[in-house]
Amino acid sequence: MRAEPHYTLYHPRWYRRRVSVWWWLQKRSYTAFVLREVTSVFVAFFAVLSLWQLRALAQGPEAYGQFLARLRTPGLLTLDAIAFLFVLYHTITWFNLTPKAMVVRLSGKRVPDWVVVALNYAAWVVVSAVLAWALLRR
Amino acid sequence: MERATPLLWLLFSAGGTVAAFLFPIHLFLTGLAVPLGWVEAPRYDFLHRLVTHPVVRLYLFVLISLPLFHWAHRFRYTLYDGLQLKHLTALIAVLCYGAALVGTAMAAYLLWTIS
Repeated sequence: MRAEPHYTLYHPRWYRRRVSVWWWLQKRSYTAFVLREVTSVFVAFFAVLSLWQLRALAQGPEAYGQFLARLRTPGLLTLDAIAFLFVLYHTITWFNLTPKAMVVRLSGKRVPDWVVVALNYAAWVVVSAVLAWALLRR
Repeated sequence: MERATPLLWLLFSAGGTVAAFLFPIHLFLTGLAVPLGWVEAPRYDFLHRLVTHPVVRLYLFVLISLPLFHWAHRFRYTLYDGLQLKHLTALIAVLCYGAALVGTAMAAYLLWTIS
């Protein structure tokens, strides 16, 4: 190996096959990957919805009533249902990736991946139940 | 840009975790269960009092801001790779993180002024 790389001054244009923008439909694992990436759009959608709700709450009971009425329109209901599915998909893929991103060791031994994933799901159920209680209690 | 990458990745993963744990139940209740009448809608006075509590303000700030940065980071790469827009790198980054910053500022303003 030479220490310095060798560059050709005028290299010919290398042949590159053009890849279709729809490359991710050719294989199921590619589609799953792109769907996972697209979940971010619905995450942002709910963040914006929360901003909207917050603004309505700040403006008063009347504005908040209008916000609730808007939520009952078919368009927003459909969008919310789709967004809910995508956000769930985000949660599932995120939890399944956790043991790969974060290795947990207990007394020198690596905790099995499925334990880390299961603990995430358990915590998720508890947190969701607490939030539902906090919001719906009378 | 390159030096900011670790910070942006941190925001991405923190926001992803917040969204994974908290978004499904919030979206389910606000977007589906309440409008469809599956559960009784929380009263305005109750929600308003809840939102003005300091801890809840902080919670809502985290709930809105971090997932926006999660979106910005992930969507940026979706545009590069998915739509093959490599030549627009700088513009896309500015638009994505800029939008997340605007959303964060709006959340901060609303949560600061609501009373």
